[in-house]
Parts: sequence; structure tokens; C-alpha cells
Amino acid sequence: MDNNLKKVVIIDYQLGNLFSVKQACDTVGMNALISSNSEDVLNADALILPGVGAFIEAMNNLKKFGLDVAIQNKVTRGTPIFGICLGQQLLFTESEEFGAGKGLDLISGIIKRFPEAIIERKVKVPHIAWNTVFKLNQEWDNSALIDLNNNDFMYFIHSYYVKPSDDDCVLTLTNYDGIEFCSSILKNNIFATQFHPEKSADKGISIYKNWALINNLL
Amino acid sequence: MKTVRIIPRLDIKGPNLVKGIHLEGLRVLGKPSDFAKYYYEQGADELMFMDVVASLYERNSLHDIISETAKSIFIPITVGGGLRSISDIKEVLRVGADKVCLNTAAIKNPQLIKDASRMFGSSTIVVAIEAIKESNGKYLAYTDNGREYTGVDVFEWAQKVAELGAGEIVITSVDKEGTGQGYDLELVSKITNLVGIPVIVHGGAGKQDHVVDVLKDCNISSAMISSLFHYHFIKENESHASVLEGNVEFLNQKRSFHTFEPCSIEDVKRELKRNQIDCRL
Repeated sequence: MDNNLKKVVIIDYQLGNLFSVKQACDTVGMNALISSNSEDVLNADALILPGVGAFIEAMNNLKKFGLDVAIQNKVTRGTPIFGICLGQQLLFTESEEFGAGKGLDLISGIIKRFPEAIIERKVKVPHIAWNTVFKLNQEWDNSALIDLNNNDFMYFIHSYYVKPSDDDCVLTLTNYDGIEFCSSILKNNIFATQFHPEKSADKGISIYKNWALINNLL
Repeated sequence: MKTVRIIPRLDIKGPNLVKGIHLEGLRVLGKPSDFAKYYYEQGADELMFMDVVASLYERNSLHDIISETAKSIFIPITVGGGLRSISDIKEVLRVGADKVCLNTAAIKNPQLIKDASRMFGSSTIVVAIEAIKESNGKYLAYTDNGREYTGVDVFEWAQKVAELGAGEIVITSVDKEGTGQGYDLELVSKITNLVGIPVIVHGGAGKQDHVVDVLKDCNISSAMISSLFHYHFIKENESHASVLEGNVEFLNQKRSFHTFEPCSIEDVKRELKRNQIDCRL
């Protein structure tokens, strides 16, 4: 591995599967290390916060390893971070989920569950599907989505979604059978997606490549 | 938007892709990675690998197939067959699976669904239900590729599976599986109306219209398909080395084709679109 290559740390808080995130990083040529060690996070040039599973367990594990404070320190000082799925949700202020409490609070907003009302009208939860992403106010030219077209398909698998306090950070919206939600955000050094780019075929891999290029990680 | 998924299913025995009828009478079709790559390029929405023998000593070859696939195929991969414990699940996730599919172990020990969905997230846990219609009209759940009787009512079991925290259900009609006679619409409609989680239908597709019919009318999230696509792949790749290694003479003799009209993933998706069913194309 090239020693001059910037160090990307894929944060491992011991939930879920990081194999495909690592594969995507390797495929585009990033020097990515999977780690649960807060020292590695503090020494990283960029961070990836993946995740599947429950918000509360994820926050507990981040705290247990001292990763929460390390992430907050780095990101408030400008280190690029890429949150994926639950990893995006963890960046927000708090979850509505009973007893789940506070997130990392790097982006102001809350985490909501798809309402019971949609289940009553036979809409399935979790939302497990390829669905389209489209623009709100932000253009994608200076983002990792530069190679995407409006309404391209990305792969989703989730029951919760983020609701930012301020629409300015919204990079894409997605509509699941009548429910419109924020499916990715960009605010300065913070980029995050509800969908899984590493599971979204070539277009998804382009997001890894362009995030790495924008942040000079290659 | 509401979209459906088309999921090729690859039944694996040792290093080979196999296919049977009613989940039995397995024939070797070729090398799994060749089929997987072709389906990825054709626009498969996910892939399902099912270890149909799932004996302990063959587990390593399944692991090799998964990790080889996951290195170059960037769509979700579900792995099932013989997963009995949290540590079995951990192991297949570690080698590159995104989701796991439980059946036998879940019926024997329903708590496994709860523990696994808590530990890995609901969306990682898929439960397969193999249904056989009894002569009295009742649907009962079977395990071990439709061989083992459990006496469990399919509809009660589906509800329990959802309550225990599974993220999806795959419902297989063992009676229809591999026959190409079409899906059991009564079975799948009833299941999907009983649960709030996505339901994947498997077993019976003999032509693309069958897929359209079930996805159009039944509030089904996805169709899992093997024969239709495998036979199409073989037709399109007759000179392919991997196919020559498989025991595909039965296909070349056209004997098993008579109930099937093989088609590609793209064919199916185009037909879905023409019927106003959204999907990624």
C-alpha cells in the first residue's frame, strides 16, 4: 500500500457487515482501514461511518469504544466524514425511537420511523427497494453525486429516516409510496446517504470514487 | 415511488450451481460465479445464494463463492442454507453476505429470529417459509427443502416471524417450485396481507407473465427466480466452458423446457414496466 495515500478509517462499532464498504473503498483505490480504535479515528484523514441495526445499540457501542467523542472532535475540525444508512442517522441530534435518545448531533434534526398509517394502507416497512433520488435545492456538481442523473436508482433498506431542521443540507429526496424523505445530505465536510452506494452497482461505486476525489484521498 | 425487485436465486451444492424440481432431484448447471456475474450485468436487484445441502464440510466452498462474488458484484447478497446459530450468521456476514436467510433453525428455535434481528438489525434477517398444501387445503411449513414435516401452520408462522423481528419473508410454494406452472397466488396473497414486512415470492415461474401476474395483484415486494433465468443463461451461452461442465444434457434435449419459456432479467423488467409496475431498469 502506498504510504503517501491518505488514511481513511471505516469506523467499526461492532454492528453489521463492513465487508462491502471495504470492497467499495478498495475498488476505487482508497487506503481504508476498518477500526474500532479511537486513536485510529483521531489519526485519520477521512472517516466512513457505516451501519445497520438499531440506533440505540449503535450509540451505546460508539460510546463504549470512545468513538463518539473522537468522531465529534475530528468532524468539528473539518475532517471529511461519509455516513451510510444508520451511519447517516447517527450524525443527527436525536431519534424519535422510544428510549433511543441522542445522536452525535453534528447535523441538527431528528430520526423518524415510517408511520404506522402507511402500514395500515399496506405499505411495507422496512423499505427494501431500489428507489430514485432527486434534487431539492442543492446542485450535485460539487458533491459525490456528480456522476448521477436526477432520478437514478439507489438501493435502500431501512425503517427510519432523517428529518433535518434545515433543508439547506438536503442533497437528495426520495419518495416511498407517497412518503417523501431526505435520502442524502451534504453540509461542508459532512456527506451522508440513507441508501447504500456500495450496494447500488456502478452508480453507487461512482459515489465512493467521487467522494474520494473531492477530498483528495486518492 | 414503489418498486419491485427481481432476485435471481442460485442453489448451491458444493462448488456447483444446481437446480431441482420441488426443491429436489438436483442437476448441476455450472459455475455459480459465471451465473452471478451475468445476472449482475443484466440488472439483477439482489442475488440469493442457497446452500441446498448445507453439510458442514461443504460450508467452506460456499464461503469461497460468496467472498469471490462480493468482491466484484455491488448489489445485495443474501445467503441461506444450514445457518443454525448466531455464530453461523456472523461467519457468512463476515465473508461478504449482506443478509441471511433462515428456515429450519428458525422453526426449531424461533428465539433465533429475535436474537439475530436484535444483533444484526431486522433488515439483515430474512426468513424462508417452505409451504406445502395438504389434501385438506391447509398450508403447512416444511423444512430441509420441503422434506421435513413440522406441522406448523404457514399463516400463523408468517405472523410470528414478523413479530419476532424478521425484515423480510421468502415464501416458497414447494408444490410449484421448479414446475414452471405459475405461482400459488392464493398462498402469497394471504401471506402478504397478514404481515407488514416485505414478502418475496418464490417457486413456480415458468414464463415472464407469471412474474407480472404475481407482482401486479398481490402487493408482493419481489420475485425470486431460478429456472427461468438459469435456462436462459444456458441457452445464451451454449459454448460457455462452465456450462459444458454442467450436466445440462437434459436441457439440450429440451425435455425440461416444455413448461418453461426462459427469459432474461431485462425481458421480465421490460414486461413489468409495460404493465405499469415500477422497477429499476
